[in-house]
Amino acid sequence: MNIKSQKDFFSGLMFMGVGVAFAWGATTYNVGNGARMGPGYFPLYLGVLMSILGAAITFKALTVESVGGDKIGRWAWKPLILIILANLVFGVCLGGLPSIGVPALGMIAGIYLLTFIASAAEAGWKVKNTFILATILAAGSYVAFVMALKLQFQVWPAFITG
Amino acid sequence: MELFEHLALGFGVAFTPINLLYCLVGCILGTLIGVLPGIGPVATIAMLLPATYALPPVSALIMLAGIYYGAQYGGSTTAILVNLPGESSSAVTCIDGYQMARKGRAGPALAAAGLGSFFAGCVGTLILAAFAPPLTELAFKFGPAEYFSLMTLGLIGAVVLASGSLLKAIAMIVLGLLLGLIGTDVNSGVARYSFDIPELTDGIGFVVIAMGVFGYGEIISNLSQPEHEREVFTAKVSGLFPTKQDFKDMAPAVLRGTTLGCALGILPGGGALLSSFASYALEKKMRMKPGEVPFGQGNIRGVASPESANNAGSQTSFIPLLTLGIPPNAVMALMVGAMTIHNIQPGPQVMTSNPELFWGLIASMWIGNAMLVILNLPLIGMWIKLLTVPYRYLFPSIVLFCAIGVYSTNNNTFDVWMVGIFGVIGYIFVKLGCEPAPLLLGFILGPMMEENLRRALLLSRGDWSVFVTRPISAGLLVAAVLMLVIVLLPAVKSKREEAFVED
Repeated sequence: MNIKSQKDFFSGLMFMGVGVAFAWGATTYNVGNGARMGPGYFPLYLGVLMSILGAAITFKALTVESVGGDKIGRWAWKPLILIILANLVFGVCLGGLPSIGVPALGMIAGIYLLTFIASAAEAGWKVKNTFILATILAAGSYVAFVMALKLQFQVWPAFITG
Repeated sequence: MELFEHLALGFGVAFTPINLLYCLVGCILGTLIGVLPGIGPVATIAMLLPATYALPPVSALIMLAGIYYGAQYGGSTTAILVNLPGESSSAVTCIDGYQMARKGRAGPALAAAGLGSFFAGCVGTLILAAFAPPLTELAFKFGPAEYFSLMTLGLIGAVVLASGSLLKAIAMIVLGLLLGLIGTDVNSGVARYSFDIPELTDGIGFVVIAMGVFGYGEIISNLSQPEHEREVFTAKVSGLFPTKQDFKDMAPAVLRGTTLGCALGILPGGGALLSSFASYALEKKMRMKPGEVPFGQGNIRGVASPESANNAGSQTSFIPLLTLGIPPNAVMALMVGAMTIHNIQPGPQVMTSNPELFWGLIASMWIGNAMLVILNLPLIGMWIKLLTVPYRYLFPSIVLFCAIGVYSTNNNTFDVWMVGIFGVIGYIFVKLGCEPAPLLLGFILGPMMEENLRRALLLSRGDWSVFVTRPISAGLLVAAVLMLVIVLLPAVKSKREEAFVED
């Protein structure tokens, strides 16, 4: 068996898997019939449809020739992890994690952390430039979001403002 | 004339200081993200939605609309000066616009894009105002069966006219529909696919999906590519005004682009992107005048026509949204969300129940277009400076605005985890070559489709033939099938692939 298009092959598998999962999940709800549709009716048929589509895509990927094998290529792990992490850290700074006792550090601290973590995703970043950028962003966000738009944020660390 | 009364009402609303201000803010933001490559209107509108909670609904919608059509103006600047599409709908503008800039004619190219867009915007707004009332009348005749068929047509149209693999795009729509069903079923009260997580019983927020998939997914894939050497033609923008000959060449092209854009914008799946591609293809087909610069080497028609078309298309794509409540593309899907946030149910009743919103929004588009011409032609220098800011400083800012936007939607950390998950999913989509726009459309339409299907089948006592025995519904379904058949014809199929690989 030869994979002619890597991208299509794996996306087909993904659609099949997710389709089956949704269809299987739908059977745990009341499916009903056309005249009296239960909560499971629509998702069940959509799930089945998606699995069929996924199977077709996978089949096509094994039979139809594509240019250069349509390789997925290398995964950019560093930017992926750092960008998502920056977002998560910022969320924790704003909301805190009461379940494990992490206090909310507030928006300003969050912006500095986010900027540094995100900047590290690109090669050749400099501490000084990033620090300046973070400061500008922190000041700008304070003016725009807290003063002008009056969004309700924890701005400073919770243990200072109480 | 009723039209003038309506427009007068609209201008009355749009000319209040607060709405003028938000219109300007929207236009500036739109131009800004249009100029900057790597961030589009979908992510920006998603980011700003939470910030519009506190605004009156009219002002909020005026601003968000301004971002969409403003981006069409800004995108051309980057395309012409840097040879990068600032907006995907400006991708074809790069071809001839950049060549004009290299020949020292960046000024006329920018002017052609700006003036063409302005003309197209004015026409688009008028068409929107003229066509909305009769379409609304028609929409009142729609029952659940018609709505279901219309949504099917819309979704099929969206994939047929989009680029890339048809099968994958349809699968993405179905995935979107399924994701839209997560949460409490309105009919039975059963929480579907919520895994006993209380936040999930409300469903996944569309801001979360839009931001994760469009915002983070794209940042990550941008970062994984080495930064392009940007060559900005800053010093050479002199003599903004086109010559007489330029005007002669571009006027018919602008007209053709506007007509095509207006028509394609109304179509399901249409909008700015499709319009610009189609109009460039049309210009290339037109006969060349003797002594005209060939396409690909700086023909002014190749700038004027697609730029007019994308602006016209972005205006007329509001028609299906405002009259039928059906979003024709991903940006309009977000506008549905924006309207729902402000307790306005999109659909034919908007025009009668919220006339000041309806006509105010339309009138604001004309004002916005006038503002944009001023923002983009005399003040072009400001935007050029912006292009010299490296991506290294831009992307952390984008990440920050996404994070703030997500958190402030519900003031809840749960959304932050969710957007993290969707960021990863978005990157997987990029890697697997799955376009995310149909997913967002399906996500918005999912619950609506289920509800209309349920009602239609309830009324017909489970008889599926109701979709083909009612004439309007049957017509819509036939149109959907025809669209599918046409793109699957071998001749059209190869042309379609060709049209989207234009570079």
